[in-house]
Amino acid sequence: MSSENAPSENAPSEQMSFEIDVRCRRGHRDIAVTFRSDAALTALFGPSGAGKTSVLDMVAGLLRPDAGRIVVAGTVLFDHAARINLPPEARACGYVFQDGRLFPHRSVRDNLLFGWRLAPVERRRMALDEVTAFLGIGPLLDRRPHTLSGGEAQRVAIGRALLSGARFLLLDEPLSSLDAARADEIMAVIEQVRDELGVPILYVSHDRAEVERLAGRIVPIGEGRSA
Amino acid sequence: MLSPEEWGIIALSLKVSCVAVLVALPAAFALAFVLARARFPGKILLDALVHLPLVLPPVVTGWLLLLAFGANGPAGKLLDRLFGVTLLFRWTGAAVAAAVMALPLMVRAMRLSIEAVDRRLEGAARTLGAGAWRTFAQITLPLAMPGVMAGAVLGFARSIGEFGATITFVSNIPGETQTLPIAIYAALQMPGGDATVLRLAMVSVALSLAALIASELLARRMGHAPADDRRHVL
Repeated sequence: MSSENAPSENAPSEQMSFEIDVRCRRGHRDIAVTFRSDAALTALFGPSGAGKTSVLDMVAGLLRPDAGRIVVAGTVLFDHAARINLPPEARACGYVFQDGRLFPHRSVRDNLLFGWRLAPVERRRMALDEVTAFLGIGPLLDRRPHTLSGGEAQRVAIGRALLSGARFLLLDEPLSSLDAARADEIMAVIEQVRDELGVPILYVSHDRAEVERLAGRIVPIGEGRSA
Repeated sequence: MLSPEEWGIIALSLKVSCVAVLVALPAAFALAFVLARARFPGKILLDALVHLPLVLPPVVTGWLLLLAFGANGPAGKLLDRLFGVTLLFRWTGAAVAAAVMALPLMVRAMRLSIEAVDRRLEGAARTLGAGAWRTFAQITLPLAMPGVMAGAVLGFARSIGEFGATITFVSNIPGETQTLPIAIYAALQMPGGDATVLRLAMVSVALSLAALIASELLARRMGHAPADDRRHVL
């Protein structure tokens, strides 16, 4: 499913997939995370309300850290000291939101192709029929998002992120709204993405078993600073 | 049924109202967007100013338009010099008066629909590579569109009914500024005008009712579809 040049091209061996050191105050809560990871899939693990989603939002550019630095696969996305702050559309992240966030006024096909149409040709590593076959969502293409089940919507959201030509993926509790059978199915899909596409993944979850099965590196997030 | 003069009055009213809505639409949307999204000092004042025509005596609004767009008014001079256009005692002036009176209703409807747009969807579009403008054009605007249409239809209905500011600003000139309500008022003053009043009043009721129903249907579409979508995605 991946094109031949995809897996190895973007990694000199010592390059970190994620180098993150951010601080952000949200309301009366301080979120501070520091970690470096060279794993294919890095998991942010911690209880609900620990600020895991905020960290993903900062990496995606949807939330501006008060200070720190974000480097993904060698590209500086944010550097407070150097006054670098790429807008979200320049970061090329495939963000799979916990609540899907499919566009309600567009068909599944147009949702899938939204990012693909905007991506430069050289970053389009997958085609629509590859992704639909991979995720088993071919029969859904002409449906509207509100007619999809939770599992279907989640697969479409993953497909949309993959098709956007993402340089890295952010997955926010992608299994939380699914029953056990569906969760297992999506987990297999994520493993396949992790092993075949060579795209670094930052994965958020509060489920220990899930994280231990998927992640090459686990970053605990709780109160205060993480190692 | 209707005499040629009466058809002329209806045609003029429709023309004035259509132009009024077209003129007010961009301004109303911009104001609605700013009021829905922006935070700035003086926002309460802007909100109040936008709503002013709704509560001000229409005569006062008409008189203010007269001051602004009259031969010696600042806006009137500017229009005359730039485009050679005068509004005073013209149907274009009636359209401007109707636009000003319709603006608050249009802004209210559009503001609600813009506030109802899930901003997290805009964030999702940004992460997929869409810049701020494309996100606005492809996500925000289409999602707010039912409300924008409802606002336009509501503004149209309000324009059809506009009387006070119009008669103050552009007077009652048959064939030029004599819109439906003004014609009805004029016919009421004339002995034997009862039949005309009845016919024009029925046209008014029909037009207003159609516009209100259209606006309500559009507003319902806005209220229901996105909420359904959210429930299923969550």
